Amino acid sequence: MAWKRIKASLPPGRHYFSGNEAVAEGAISAGCRFYAGYPITPSSEIMERMAHRLGQTGGVFVQMEDELSSISAVTGASWAGAKAMTATSGPGFSLMMEGIGYAAFTETPCVIVDIQRAGPSTGQATRVGSGDIMQAKWGSHGDYQIIVLSPWSVQEMYEQTIQAFNLAERYRVPTFLMGEEAVGHLRENLEIEPWVRVFDRKKATGRPPFEAKSPRQIPPMPSFGEGERLLVTGSTHDGLGIRRTDDPKVHARLIERINDKILLNKPTIVDVDGFFLDDARVAVLCYGFTARSSLSAVKGLREEGYRVGFMRLKTLWPFPHENVGELSERVERIFVPEMNRGQVGGEAMKSSQCEIISFCQTNGEVIRPEVIRKELMRLL
Amino acid sequence: MVRAMEQYLRPGIPTTPFCPGCGHGILLGLILRAIHGLDIDMREMLFVSGIGCAAWIPSPHFNADTLHTTHGRAIAFATGAKLYNPKLRVMVISGDGDLFSIGGNHLIHAARRDIDLKVICANNMIYGMTGGQVASTTPRGFTTSTTPLGNPDRPFDLCKLVEAAGGRYVARYSVTQPLALMESIKKALFLEGFSFIEVLSPCVPQFGSKNLMESAPKIIEWLMEKCIPREKAEGLSREELNGKIITGEWGDV
Ligand SMILES: Cc1ncc(C[n+]2csc(CCOP(=O)(O)OP(=O)(O)O)c2C)c(N)n1
Ligand code: SF4
Ligand SMILES: [Mg+2]
Repeated sequence: MAWKRIKASLPPGRHYFSGNEAVAEGAISAGCRFYAGYPITPSSEIMERMAHRLGQTGGVFVQMEDELSSISAVTGASWAGAKAMTATSGPGFSLMMEGIGYAAFTETPCVIVDIQRAGPSTGQATRVGSGDIMQAKWGSHGDYQIIVLSPWSVQEMYEQTIQAFNLAERYRVPTFLMGEEAVGHLRENLEIEPWVRVFDRKKATGRPPFEAKSPRQIPPMPSFGEGERLLVTGSTHDGLGIRRTDDPKVHARLIERINDKILLNKPTIVDVDGFFLDDARVAVLCYGFTARSSLSAVKGLREEGYRVGFMRLKTLWPFPHENVGELSERVERIFVPEMNRGQVGGEAMKSSQCEIISFCQTNGEVIRPEVIRKELMRLL
Repeated sequence: MVRAMEQYLRPGIPTTPFCPGCGHGILLGLILRAIHGLDIDMREMLFVSGIGCAAWIPSPHFNADTLHTTHGRAIAFATGAKLYNPKLRVMVISGDGDLFSIGGNHLIHAARRDIDLKVICANNMIYGMTGGQVASTTPRGFTTSTTPLGNPDRPFDLCKLVEAAGGRYVARYSVTQPLALMESIKKALFLEGFSFIEVLSPCVPQFGSKNLMESAPKIIEWLMEKCIPREKAEGLSREELNGKIITGEWGDV
């Protein structure tokens, strides 16, 4: 089994951290020993803490010349055997897209943290947004899958970073932690458990690294320098990695497999949270920082006797369509507040049986509980 | 290739994809002969390449770990692998377009950082794979598919650029100088720190044919005439050196 238990990066108990610092601690706890990145607000504190912590733990930190090289160095290090990560924000995330497609197609485990700010372009560098949710899924060309987690607290910045490494290693897939500026800079208590459960990629000798017996299975991934004479390419390849750039069957088989290995494993990947859903007439479907305001609004309305419920998507991709579909059969309407123009609301429409009401706020500020309460009152 | 060299080639890969007369095939053989000459175990080597005809030199032909990456980023991938596992002997082999146009920034930064990479640039002065568009290495006045009236720009001096960025060992040879080139590759493999070799490599279909060199012998003749060893060049005037390509070594030689 590739699961193991290791000691957390910090002494157990209560700590007080910012979300970005908690990401770095989560990474160290998960066994990350390689970081490559380029400074950008509002994610730079992750990089600064990683520089410090990797120095203490015998890992490798490198500040690259841009984000194109950062994601490339991460992929190179991952094939050399590292648990590797980078962190960025808006413009840097855009620059990483080609490299992300390469990592997805070569089935390279890596973690990419995007602390979202108000875009597009340079936008408002110090302000909050959730405008990169669709980009995370569709930003590189071609058909591929990735995993996206959405944290709502400093605690989850820590825990989901560990989870992101575990998912990346287990499914050999780029995994994203899509925090928002507000949670990156939020300071609150962080409870550290003494032990952390981590997954290390499976290795095998003499087995094709790009082929599995069943669509759910993940091929083993040896590292450079282990005598496997690996052949890694971002061109279409067969199970051994040999380029097959004009064989329709090989291409179709590979595309199906890299999509299926994530989609067929959805039950073990996807995680959602729900409260007050049993008798709810209206449900708030939310994620990230907006889920904090949503929960506060929902609790207030519940105390006043309104039948309103709450569902929080901890995983955004692969999208929890099953959970949304099931919810939509129980409630009359689903309300989706977002700091973008309705990216998740639109996706939820694909599986919802009831009306989806999108609430979009794109002013670089978090959505306040009063705003959500007011909007919900109109629906109740 | 002779029998002794077979161990360096990946089994099951029948032929190289290069056009007849392509210099990339000669370079492929010389790199492997240099490795053979030093008796290096291919399992210690990692070959990283970008995108282009030149990037196909190691991948899939070399019987070692190979990482065929995205266009321009080979050095960045190599940096990650080498920093995480310093035991790997990492060689980057790619084209002039890949390493100096789209990827130029990574190259100068890797030289500055003095990462222990051996970078070999197969310079055919053109974008071969995409159909002969002008490159940052195309000589002024030469015809390409995007400079029908002649290239208005000057080319980079790749060796000067890398040396200025901090390259430890910097060399330039043409595939028409196979022995000197092989010795140079050996030196790069042996030395520590960032080393760089520019290899002039003829491309008839995309470069030669548009510039009155329709056959391999013609372009080879042109290269041999153009190349002048550093020692000889030192005694010559500016005018005498006009249009010449100086070959030899710079830095820690
Ligand atoms: C981002 C990106 N832009 C453009 C291309 C198209 N492309 C493929 S190879 C190449 C040029 C390669 O030239 P060079 O590195 O000199 O290699 P050569 O084929 O001449 O050996 C280009 C522009 C690409 N693959 N990726
Ligand atoms: S196009 Fe030019 S560089 Fe490419 S294989 Fe043919 S001769 Fe070589
Ligand atoms: Mg070229």
